[in-house]
Amino acid sequence: MSLKDLLSPFYVWQRAFEKPYTSIRPIQERPGAAAYRGFHINISEQCIGCGTCHAICQNDAIDMVRVETFEGRNGDSGLRPRFDYGRCCWCALCVDMCPAGSLRMSNEYTWITSDPTEYHFTAGVEHTTWQENPLGYRRAEGYHLYPPKRIEMDMLAADKSVQSFDEVVTGYSEEQARLEADRCIECGICVATCPAHMDVPDYIRSIRDGDYEQGLQLMYRTNPFPATCGRICTRRCESVCPVGIQGEPIAIRWLKRFIVDQVAPQDYARILADQTGDSGRRIAVIGAGPGGLSAAYYLRKQGHAVTVFEAQETAGGMLRYGVPSYRLPDADLDKDINYIVSLGVDIRYNTRIGKDIGFDTLLQDFDAVFLSTGLSVPSSMRIHGEDHPRVLSGLQVLADVASGRDPGVGRKVAVIGGGNVAMDASRVSRRFGADVTILYRRRIADMPADDEEIHESQEEGCRIVTQAIPVEIIAADNPQQVSIKWGEAEMVQDPKGGRPRPVLQEDRMHVETYDCIISAIGQGSDLDFLTKEVQNQLAIEWGKFTPGEYQHTLLEKIFVGGDVANRVADAISAIEDGHHAARGIDRFLNPDAYSQNDQKVN
Amino acid sequence: MAPTTGHSAALDFAQPEPVDLSSGKYVKLWQGPQHPGITGNMSLELTLDGDTIIECKTHVGYLHRGFEKLMEQRSFIQNFTVVCRIAVPEPAFNEYLYAAALEAISGVESPVRAQWLRTLNLEMMRLASFLMWIGGQGGAFGQYTVANWTLTYRDYVLDLFEEMTGARIYHMYMVPGGVRAGLPAGFEQRILELMDNTDKLLDQIERVMYNNVVFKARAKGLGIIPPEMVDPYGVVGPNARGSGFTRDLRKDEPYLVYDQLDFDVISGSAGDAYERAYLRLQETRQSVNLIRQCIAGAPADGPFQADMPNMLHWKVPAGETYVKAECTRGEYGYYMVTDGTEIVRRVHVRGPSYTHAIAVMERIAVGTNIADIAGLMVSLHTYPPEIER
Repeated sequence: MSLKDLLSPFYVWQRAFEKPYTSIRPIQERPGAAAYRGFHINISEQCIGCGTCHAICQNDAIDMVRVETFEGRNGDSGLRPRFDYGRCCWCALCVDMCPAGSLRMSNEYTWITSDPTEYHFTAGVEHTTWQENPLGYRRAEGYHLYPPKRIEMDMLAADKSVQSFDEVVTGYSEEQARLEADRCIECGICVATCPAHMDVPDYIRSIRDGDYEQGLQLMYRTNPFPATCGRICTRRCESVCPVGIQGEPIAIRWLKRFIVDQVAPQDYARILADQTGDSGRRIAVIGAGPGGLSAAYYLRKQGHAVTVFEAQETAGGMLRYGVPSYRLPDADLDKDINYIVSLGVDIRYNTRIGKDIGFDTLLQDFDAVFLSTGLSVPSSMRIHGEDHPRVLSGLQVLADVASGRDPGVGRKVAVIGGGNVAMDASRVSRRFGADVTILYRRRIADMPADDEEIHESQEEGCRIVTQAIPVEIIAADNPQQVSIKWGEAEMVQDPKGGRPRPVLQEDRMHVETYDCIISAIGQGSDLDFLTKEVQNQLAIEWGKFTPGEYQHTLLEKIFVGGDVANRVADAISAIEDGHHAARGIDRFLNPDAYSQNDQKVN
Repeated sequence: MAPTTGHSAALDFAQPEPVDLSSGKYVKLWQGPQHPGITGNMSLELTLDGDTIIECKTHVGYLHRGFEKLMEQRSFIQNFTVVCRIAVPEPAFNEYLYAAALEAISGVESPVRAQWLRTLNLEMMRLASFLMWIGGQGGAFGQYTVANWTLTYRDYVLDLFEEMTGARIYHMYMVPGGVRAGLPAGFEQRILELMDNTDKLLDQIERVMYNNVVFKARAKGLGIIPPEMVDPYGVVGPNARGSGFTRDLRKDEPYLVYDQLDFDVISGSAGDAYERAYLRLQETRQSVNLIRQCIAGAPADGPFQADMPNMLHWKVPAGETYVKAECTRGEYGYYMVTDGTEIVRRVHVRGPSYTHAIAVMERIAVGTNIADIAGLMVSLHTYPPEIER
């Protein structure tokens, strides 16, 4: 014990003259740090109500509530998160997980109210003072709770793919599929957007679990064409997938394809175990495309006898004759079709209604008719000289190739159009060794074809000339050739706010000679097998039906679906039409079997 | 050189004579469970002969929140928000070990930048915790002035935690695979400024609290842990180093970037409360120094999170691991078993408080004075939630 130890503590007095540490509240407010995890902000316009915040919350502090303003938006559940500050622990996992990037936190942390129910609030919908606060916690760039990047799909190189009709996409390996399936956040926004409302998150989970048989069962609940849709679906599900907002959407289509590829066709009957009874009712289906066969599948499961009338020599419709095998190999389409046929669906090939059998006969002989004849008539370019023998239709070229015939396009081909048929006609021509130029009247961004089709046709060497309007077809000196006169176009804004319109520039014309010109600017329906009287009764507009609920028409025995009855005209919509019509037909045949809420009463 | 380990003849493991309470000679007294000093809610059941403690029993359970069981019912990422609550004054060690255990089982390695940021975070935590401890030790011996100073400086460190992690106490910064964010703009300058001020503060504290006749009189010779007791009782950290052991996991089994930092293990010899207090003051200074090294060494760019699977349904492969780190009070360990599902099979948290506050306390409290028991409790630096996980 020293004298120093006695005196040393008196040093404390030196501090008496220093500024105090404390601040005087409420005169001096202390804001939270710039990245403080304070009260929640939700940009409700940006939010899509996927509910992932609710799923990650360990305290059940978030529930999803319906907000009318946002109901009915595409890719939006119409729900918004409501926070319970009696439960929240401000861990901000909800913010980290939010795929839309709409959820964040302010740096405010004091909230005093005499009404405790206010602490249960829907951020971004109910007014809060911190909603506009620019500070507070955000998910940092470079930090993720789920992988934002998609597992790349392996594809044949363009110089290889163009040499054969082999499938371009090679498919995921098991490891790749599991990794991709792992990215799914299971929100189900895709289910609402899919025309067929497939159980996407559930079948993706079956991949994570390695239970592909369950995956197949889940898919067949809503879609008897999984091998097909796993390859060529227009996949609106992916366009709304929330993971795509700040990253790349889940490759839903490739995962579907992966499941089907894991199951051998001979195992389908055991796995799906579909029951087909005999109701004593007979249904006629016109057209063995995806719509007609989907209806046939679900009608068979309801026990009805189904006869499908198909004008062509094989089934599949546009999937067979309009989609080349490098996108959809015949074996995979047959996998889907053969299973449907195995349930006892009777398909009458080479049978055209109106020619081989009268439509009236069908109406008499069958209890109901489902009409899904598709769009088979190429649209006209409406220009002079179009009837030249070297002007081919895109549909015909594709159908020739599908049937194993050489379409005879020559060495130098011009394709008119910007849809999938135009792209496929081009790519098919490339495979026959032709030099291909695509003429399209608008810009690439305006093309109705899938982005990947446009991209792949360019990769394969097709040249795309945009803002090019065909004016006239002229006979060439060589009868095996044909010339086209086309003019450049300027895009002019529509004063009414519609999409820009191409306007022909008379002074910038070109005349070029090709071995053939393939016209692929769209197609229409052929309903000549219906009498004028029936057509009038069915209220057909622009060659298309406008069916009511359950795909029924104004004539009670007739149901319609597929491209001839919906505006989007893609396979998945046709499949859903068929499924929906099967329900409608069953209701029509057994009205007493259904309760008020549409459930079948057994 | 550390003393030899193993049982020693100097240690008496025999049961003490039973106390005859009916004799009227003794008084039972409960110390706690209200906060006695800064140790949190636990209770010592003392038997007194006059003002001398002749028997001590530790009672816990006042803070039981069932963390380990809770973790068996939540997803791996959700548990990340739970573990920080196991040791309130120093959650970062729990965050680190939980992440490290998962990374060990799933074979993930966090990026270099994340390792530096984690080390920085852990040393900031050590600094904040020691500052609070110094205040607690001072307070237990009546020196509340120093407690006010250190708690203020702890708050300055918490301000920096707030900037770095978004929260003051439960930072939730170290996610499996890395950390949640890099450093905010200007952070380096602010923390280096605070470190300079902290150095000055620690000098002042040394003058006012350590070179203080009262403190010396009360702490010297109090609660001696003899070296022979260290291994049989599982004594770790400053409590062991105060008794002459040079053991520090940061040096002995380096984790994160500690093998790239320049520091020495500090140890004492007397094994009493004063020795431990002085050792902790030096370790506080060492932390300040390590923080400076981390700021200088941490890469400014690069990833701070490894590529991880989707946390919403992360199935950690089946496995078993024990990971450990040197917290302010010694070895802190996480034993984890996973079975390949989306939830953990078992987590066992091994905090140093378990031995220090129960076995060691019950033994070294005997013979001390009732007035010194609060100071002794602080001197062992224990956190009850860590005992009752």
